[in-house]
Amino acid sequence: MKYLLLSTAILSLIPLEAFGDTPLDTLSRQLDEVVVTARKPADDIIPAQTLSGKELHRLNSNSVADALRYFSGVQVKDYGGVGGIKTVNIRSMGTNHTGVVYDGVELGNAQNGQIDLGQFSLDNIEALSLYNGQKSEILQPAKDFGSAGTIYMRTRTPFFNEGETYHARATIRTGSFDLLNPSALVELKLGKRVSASLSAEWVNSSGKYKFRYRRVNPAGELAYDTTAVRQNGDINATRIELNTHGTLNSGSWNFKVYNYNSERGVPGAIVNNVWRRGERIWDTNSFAQGRYTGFFGKFTTLNNIKYAFYRTHYVNNDDKQVKIDNLYKQKEIYFSSANEYTITDFWKISGSYDFMWNNLDADVYGFVKPDRISQYLSVATALDFNRVKLQASALGTFIHDRIKGQEAPKDKHIFTPAIFVNGYPLRNKDLSIRAFYKQSFRMPTFNDLYYADMGNSKLSPERVTQYNLGLLYDHQSSSFISSARVSADVYYNRVKDKIVAYPKGQQFRWTMLNLGLVDIRGIDLTGLLTINPYKDLYLTVRGQYTFQRAIDITNPSDNYYRDQIPYIPRHSGAAVINAQWKGWGLNYSWIYVGERYNQQENIRYNYTQPWYTSDVSLSKDFKLGRVSLRGLIEINNLLSQDYDVILNYPMPKRNYRFTLTVEI
Amino acid sequence: MTFKQFFLYFLPLLMVATSCREDELVVPTEYDIIGDERPGDEIRGFYLVNEGNMGSNKCTLDFYDYYTGLYSRNFYAEKNPNVIKELGDVGNDIGIYGSKLYVVVNCSHKVEVMDSRSGVRLGQIDIPNCRYVRFHRGKAYISSYVGPVLIDPNAPKGAVYEIDTLSLAVTRKVSVGYQPEEMEIVDDYMYVANSGGYRAPNYDNTVSVIQMVDFKQVQQIPVGINLHRLKKDKYNKLWVTSRGDYQDRPSRLYVMQKKPGYNQMIVTDTIPVACSNMAFYEDKMYFYATEWNNYTASNTITYGVIDVRTKEVISDNFIKDGTEKDITIPYGIAVHPETGDIFVTDAKNYVSSGTLYCFSSDGYKKWSVRTGDIPAHITFLSK
Repeated sequence: MKYLLLSTAILSLIPLEAFGDTPLDTLSRQLDEVVVTARKPADDIIPAQTLSGKELHRLNSNSVADALRYFSGVQVKDYGGVGGIKTVNIRSMGTNHTGVVYDGVELGNAQNGQIDLGQFSLDNIEALSLYNGQKSEILQPAKDFGSAGTIYMRTRTPFFNEGETYHARATIRTGSFDLLNPSALVELKLGKRVSASLSAEWVNSSGKYKFRYRRVNPAGELAYDTTAVRQNGDINATRIELNTHGTLNSGSWNFKVYNYNSERGVPGAIVNNVWRRGERIWDTNSFAQGRYTGFFGKFTTLNNIKYAFYRTHYVNNDDKQVKIDNLYKQKEIYFSSANEYTITDFWKISGSYDFMWNNLDADVYGFVKPDRISQYLSVATALDFNRVKLQASALGTFIHDRIKGQEAPKDKHIFTPAIFVNGYPLRNKDLSIRAFYKQSFRMPTFNDLYYADMGNSKLSPERVTQYNLGLLYDHQSSSFISSARVSADVYYNRVKDKIVAYPKGQQFRWTMLNLGLVDIRGIDLTGLLTINPYKDLYLTVRGQYTFQRAIDITNPSDNYYRDQIPYIPRHSGAAVINAQWKGWGLNYSWIYVGERYNQQENIRYNYTQPWYTSDVSLSKDFKLGRVSLRGLIEINNLLSQDYDVILNYPMPKRNYRFTLTVEI
Repeated sequence: MTFKQFFLYFLPLLMVATSCREDELVVPTEYDIIGDERPGDEIRGFYLVNEGNMGSNKCTLDFYDYYTGLYSRNFYAEKNPNVIKELGDVGNDIGIYGSKLYVVVNCSHKVEVMDSRSGVRLGQIDIPNCRYVRFHRGKAYISSYVGPVLIDPNAPKGAVYEIDTLSLAVTRKVSVGYQPEEMEIVDDYMYVANSGGYRAPNYDNTVSVIQMVDFKQVQQIPVGINLHRLKKDKYNKLWVTSRGDYQDRPSRLYVMQKKPGYNQMIVTDTIPVACSNMAFYEDKMYFYATEWNNYTASNTITYGVIDVRTKEVISDNFIKDGTEKDITIPYGIAVHPETGDIFVTDAKNYVSSGTLYCFSSDGYKKWSVRTGDIPAHITFLSK
């Protein structure tokens, strides 16, 4: 039991430390003795939205992408099913502006710039955080200063009590879509200062689910009503992750090896007369990364190194189409050194340098095999005057591309600054006011620049400027209301030189141009309330609401001028109600995405209806001697709504999942 | 709040919230008043197919009625509300034969057959990856990228399917070159332009000749790479376009004619203009070309008129009032067979509503109207 309590404490440490000073001092001091990496609360100025620990695992989520729907300001593009691609878009700026960091190192995809978050299961994830702007911490890799918004995924770190030498956990999930998803985790204490963990997972699913299309005519008579089974959405994937952690006298290190292997069907769009397609993708994503953190008095250093290899094999077997069989290989080498110096107790400075090399090879005709050297240099400073915290950073990015057989585009140098301010107007620090200004950009991807026939090597980076003003009220107590938190942010973003597909000639021939200008104004609201109405009963209500007006202001002569950009709802939100009572947990969550348009023009033909799903889960924790057991039953899309997130990609009707976890 | 209260208050609230999603309605037709009325004319009106972007299932049909002066946009779903997922994905051609209207829907792998007057569906013919339709002696001929026999699965040859227009059944098939596009029938021989577009850089460069009696390919005539359009003029000459390789080899226009005294077509002229599409009226051939220029990173768009007798370019623009500046991507062209009015469609950025322009035969804009996505192919309906 002691272990369970403590592990909960570790889990909750991250979200709590994110809100500045918390009544956790004693706890973190206690933790300091055992887990050196959790040295002290981070210097976050702008608190992140975080889901962690049990709360994260109670939400009905198949993957990281599903869990992100509970964050405000985030839109998830979901092509449906277990194997369907899922990408996120923060504050309408576009998927390519979203950084995704896995245990301290950013995940990259130089080919198309998009990370499929559907590939990341929540099995081994302990905390998921979303930072708008950037993580307002000055000791971080230079690259982390670069994205317009970043999602941080953190896996579980082994932690042993006195006398413990190992932990083991086994989980099995099954349910709709013929899902079979066993996973296992073993943590070993190898020495006084070294521990290791091995996590492995296998996902197998037919991806088959029923979906329904129904239309009525204006008189209310049924025009058609058809239910079919989604085909070619199967997935067979394995994930193996090996971590070693060590502590030193003045620091810590860890090393990770990751391998993901999958074979997937690409279900494709459901259109008239086509209910099944023949596209398949094999992915092998492997990387190894190491990290070393050292504390030397006033000087702290954080160093990362990574090698990644991604292989994608795409085949189109559809006998009604021309056969395609392509192999893409991506390589990445990354090195980062971040260094911080504390000048006085209220003033810190930092400097980081990152080096990255990317390469893409494909057996496609006319492929130019690009490789890119990116160098990032950042300087940052943080001032902490107790009631007012200030941070400023500046990032210089230097990009050099080389391509085979052609003249490479000119080198690019971009300078992007950011300023973050946070103040506590009240004495007790319950209320804080925050503001930030940030410039960022995204480089055109290898596909944008060099993809056969379509790429345009003359592209410039796409730029974003963000302004944000917000406030947070956060109150913790041991009374009836044990915690309450409300935040509100208003923001204005401007995307300039947006990279858009532009037609050339006949028959869907496109090229990419820097041709878009988008004006985004939004409001993010979040709230969290935990009450303790009766002895062991805890009720938590969590809510988020997002308003976004993201309009295309590129050219007044376009017929979509000042129209809302595709797939961005004006209104969206989520609500979660959770009840905990003596090992029982009941969770209800509701997700709402308002009306959207599936193309640029806001006309009736492009209108997409709102959707909202209700998910319910019930869990129970048991204890059998040394063994902890946990059972979870989930019902997703309880009211069986028939909806598309993306036009012609139908989502599943009501579906179920059962999970059993055994832990020693 | 107890559990009971939760269920008592919250769930009903939820039900109220969920009821605000409405039934999905059949997409309604929209009407625009154009006013270019010609009641009692030989030509009743015309149909326009909007291709719709791939995967969007937004192939739609528009109709302009000269008797009423009304333009109906996207009428298919309203006329045929029971067809699941409407007309389909990526329209590619349209034609009228007898009392039937045929629409080739490429990515839905079918030819939709409707009554040419009412627009009501009569049936469909499943043909994989179908491209263009032509008619001859009670039969419809449809080119397809995928041939019936996959000899080499990595590079299947295309085919032409023969359909009986009464039973709507496939009667014969013939294998042709790679990725065949347009066809034309002259003196009981069919000529098919093969593109080989999926085999870049090894484009096909031939026109297949099919003997109609036994429906066999008897010859492949080398013409130019990546062929697309193939249309006959009133003198039974064939006008064939090459798309080029989009890089060093530009788009070209070829003329084929029977060798004097022989029954064999040969390439007689290579006209040094780029050509994307064309339409004939009397002795004139109207054409336009869209070519991407890597250097300026923009499309070079040209319009022109050729005298089909002399094969000379007689005008380098048939639009005389400057309207061409408003056209982003010309994508379809047609000429009214009676009045000589010229129709040009603008596909804009492929993913928003296009525009149909009507010009008088002297090149002045008469009217324009909003269409569906990627307006492309027009066929005229007789009285």
